[in-house]
Amino acid sequence: MTLQTTSAPASSAAAPPEVTIPAKPAPARLPALLNRFAPLLAFVGLLILWEGGCRLFKVPAFLLPPPSAIISGAQEIAWPLWLGHAWATIRVALMGYIVAVIVSIPLAIALSSSKLLSRTLYPIIVVVHSMPIVAVAPIIVVTLGASDLPRVVITFLITFFPIVVTTTAGLLATPEELVELSRSLRASRFREIVHIRLPFALPYIFSALKIATTLSVVGAVVAEFVAAEKGLGYMIMFSTSFFKINHSFASLAILVVVSLTFFQTMVLLQKWLAPWSLPRSER
Amino acid sequence: MTDDPVISFRNVVQDFKRDDGGIVRALDNLTFDIGRHEFVAVLGPSGCGKSTLLRLLAGLVFPTAGSVEIFGLKVTEPRDEIGIVFQKPTLLPWFNVLDNVTFPMRHKYGRVTQTEKDRARELLDLVELGQFTGAGIDQLSGGMQQRVAIARALLLDPDILLMDEPFSALDALTREEMSFELLRIWTEKPKTVLFITHSIPEAVLLADRIIVMSPRPGAVREILDVRVPRPRSLASLSDPNFNDLANHIRASLFSRRAA
Repeated sequence: MTLQTTSAPASSAAAPPEVTIPAKPAPARLPALLNRFAPLLAFVGLLILWEGGCRLFKVPAFLLPPPSAIISGAQEIAWPLWLGHAWATIRVALMGYIVAVIVSIPLAIALSSSKLLSRTLYPIIVVVHSMPIVAVAPIIVVTLGASDLPRVVITFLITFFPIVVTTTAGLLATPEELVELSRSLRASRFREIVHIRLPFALPYIFSALKIATTLSVVGAVVAEFVAAEKGLGYMIMFSTSFFKINHSFASLAILVVVSLTFFQTMVLLQKWLAPWSLPRSER
Repeated sequence: MTDDPVISFRNVVQDFKRDDGGIVRALDNLTFDIGRHEFVAVLGPSGCGKSTLLRLLAGLVFPTAGSVEIFGLKVTEPRDEIGIVFQKPTLLPWFNVLDNVTFPMRHKYGRVTQTEKDRARELLDLVELGQFTGAGIDQLSGGMQQRVAIARALLLDPDILLMDEPFSALDALTREEMSFELLRIWTEKPKTVLFITHSIPEAVLLADRIIVMSPRPGAVREILDVRVPRPRSLASLSDPNFNDLANHIRASLFSRRAA
């Protein structure tokens, strides 16, 4: 940089530098449109292929229903009923997720602050995480009874691990110089964590929170497979046992929408709360 | 004003324990004084313990033997008289320029007063970033970020400025420009400066005295007075004393290898 640039008005200085490639003169229309809608087209194409394949090869609907049969099948069940099932799953996923966040972030702070704690707790966390959740789920249900509690615990167990590990990594990735700056100012350990380490870990924390969204839905569904009388996971179990595969697919589709919405919420939350933690192109 | 030294190293030895249990001597028997408002450069190859020397002064590490004193008092913890500029700007990306400069205040005392904000603005004027107070960090070039870091180091008005290869991450042109900028800032706000570098011309251009160090373990090879008149400018680069001294240091640094 040169000294001359400092005389530029502040407003132009505050404007983000141009990151997009300058548009070529008269860009071709069709490729531009194609570029924009390609993902949607691919998705629709896949559905058409699925529909066509099922009709062409006369696949029995109880083995693989075409999309049209899934939609009409979904309509056999009243939408408040669907909503009830969806809410049952969402509620468990959300509760498990929130508990996981509340437990994992302080745990990560503890693990990153003390070598002794890290050496003591980390193996336990790894052992807990190494237990296949599907294998543990029935045991937890027996132990804790048939209520929301075991479901939330199962969701928590599958969700907390990536949050703990990634947040710990983030807390330890703070530039050493900033920690030295903090120490040279004789700031408290608390301020070091709150002013420096936690904000610096935010990109890591948000990655973990995004991964955890989909995992929490997995956890809720696994819990419903074991013991539930409501929920989308329960719907899948129930309808497959009656060969109502189109209902299972409809439940699956709703689960996907729930997962995506959940994920996207975290993406927006990061954009809103910590835009600096994203690459400029994603803000 | 007395002639008492601001900084004194007395037979400082610094050992580090290696992971395998062995002991490495980083600094061996360092003794020197630095006077008030003196600009001293520490020059030496990598691994000569230059950064350790800075951390001793900052109260971040403590000597195995000997003593490090500031204003005649042994350094036993980080002191308020010290401001540090690191090799990388290490600014906080979630704060704008002004909030980065006031950060030491926020971090140390938990809040920033209007007085400090005004002071931060003055300092940003001093480093010629007066119009960038509200800008985000990622909108600044490397050189501008390092200016912010200098303003941040000056916020609590330290008597001593420690600089750890502050321009080594910058491109050659910016680096030269920043050297002259630092001289101007130092003239306007005189401080006792300990400037660590591995660039001979940078050391000669900036410093009153140069401590030349030898590596493994780091020891003082010689302490040289820079007899290039102040104020220094581009013209200083062609001063005969400048080149003589630069050549002398070069010869001194490479002598052991040649012998």
